[in-house]
Amino acid sequence: MGNVLIYGEHAGGSIPKATAVAVGAAQQIAAASGGDTILALLGNDLGGVKDAAAQLGATKVVCVESADLEHETADTRTLAMKAVAEATGSDTVVFAATTAGKDIAPRLAASAEAAIASDVTAVNDDGTLVRPMYAGNVFATVKLESDFKVVSVRTTAFEPVEGAAASASEDLSLSIEKPANAVEFVKLDATVSDRPVLTEAERVVAGGRGLKSGDNFTTVLEPLVDALGAAMGASRAAVDAGYVPNDLQVGQTGKVIAPTLYIGVGISGAIQHLAGMKDSKVIVAINKDAEAPIFSVADFGLVADLFEAVPELTEKVKSLA
Amino acid sequence: MKILVTAKRVPDPETTIKVNADGTGIEEAGIKWVVNPFDEIAIEEALRIKEAQGEAEVVIVSVGSADCQEQLRTGLAMGADRAILVSADNPDPTAVSRILEKIVEQESPDLVIMGKQAIDDDSNEVGQMLAQRLGWPQATFISELELAGGGGSATCVREIDGGLETLSFPLPAVITADLRLNEPRYASLPGIMKARKKPMEEIDASSLGIELGRSVTIVSVQPPPERAAGRVVESVDELIAALQGEAKVL
Repeated sequence: MGNVLIYGEHAGGSIPKATAVAVGAAQQIAAASGGDTILALLGNDLGGVKDAAAQLGATKVVCVESADLEHETADTRTLAMKAVAEATGSDTVVFAATTAGKDIAPRLAASAEAAIASDVTAVNDDGTLVRPMYAGNVFATVKLESDFKVVSVRTTAFEPVEGAAASASEDLSLSIEKPANAVEFVKLDATVSDRPVLTEAERVVAGGRGLKSGDNFTTVLEPLVDALGAAMGASRAAVDAGYVPNDLQVGQTGKVIAPTLYIGVGISGAIQHLAGMKDSKVIVAINKDAEAPIFSVADFGLVADLFEAVPELTEKVKSLA
Repeated sequence: MKILVTAKRVPDPETTIKVNADGTGIEEAGIKWVVNPFDEIAIEEALRIKEAQGEAEVVIVSVGSADCQEQLRTGLAMGADRAILVSADNPDPTAVSRILEKIVEQESPDLVIMGKQAIDDDSNEVGQMLAQRLGWPQATFISELELAGGGGSATCVREIDGGLETLSFPLPAVITADLRLNEPRYASLPGIMKARKKPMEEIDASSLGIELGRSVTIVSVQPPPERAAGRVVESVDELIAALQGEAKVL
């Protein structure tokens, strides 16, 4: 039986939780097929990332270092991942369903004529996979009808491997023929924030159109976000209105989160938003419209004017600390 | 310059979607069908390039049933020049990417612009697959597009998890539109009148000489798990007490 290869993301010398979770999902897939899990790490100078990668529970870590792999562009990464899959006897490649995973995985699938399932939320014992469609209103059980398979996994649906022994690590040298029309990386304007990463945070406070302006996100919502040590999110409506950048968007077309505590402020709860947060453990909704759909998924709903309730909540949370 | 754009027929995003009685798909009765909202953004971007350049041609493609004509007419009414309907029975994203590869071979566009995902199956796959099949550069999830070198190359800003990434690449290429690329126009009444006379070519996918079988079989579909009903709290104090005592998350 073939091995299961995992695409290892890394940035700034560390590995995101999304990759640790992808290893966890890959173990479930490997349990069904009987193969090993192999974490692929691609980059120019991997340095300390190699050691971090060895702690995630994969059977083995395979490192490929090349100047052509400095940046995460889909065309070059596809060539590399296909070559690593062949070199490691892998017949399934698992990505986290992050923007990087969603960018590369389908391209790899087409390159290998592999069937692909994106944003998978469960692995069944018979090897079938479950994935959401229609903004999470439907969950489909799908079967991939090819020998070589590509899967991206929803990061809130799986867990990292706990208490794993360190993986063996090996370097693999590949010659990648970068095509003449390859994409060139120009720059990354990284979001700088002292807050937790939205998709990894234990607590998230999200704002909607009810905030009425970008300034109110800063003056009304952010104090509550910081009092709770939370990450900040937003509904698509708030992003559409230009109140906050798109990387805060939670929902069908944004990020999927499942924090321990989610507080939705001035969010009506369109199905597209609910698709991104309804697996949160505890959901709180604050909205002045008692009929807002978000109350149908909230554990605790407070029907109130957010401009009064949020400052009061912020002060009272601060006084708990 | 020639630009190829896509228009997938999907349920209106405001529609409530329910699994059908035999668990094979969705209940289609009463659904209003629209152009995939991300494809609308792609169409709008192509039209803006045409308006800026003066003489580009915008060709719009839809793959699916004969009903996709409606979505193609919408795109033509927005301002696309002509349409291609490829009839295919329930193709999966891999099959759609094979079909589009053939259409690109016929049309030789300089640029393909598609929505980043269709809001029905939420796969987010076809643009990337098409780019690979063609051996073209790809830029997914873009929020800005700038053409340079007389339309010979492009620079795109992509909305990625960690911020905004800028890429540059030669054309032809495939790009997929994210939400903030633009705000699509509504079709005007004269636009709708003109669209009736614009050419729409019909192609049967089975005539393209490609494998159309699904590589992903849908075994069954289920509704999502229900969340237990919560309760309304009357005050901030009651909320804090509930989060501390009952939920133990504060």
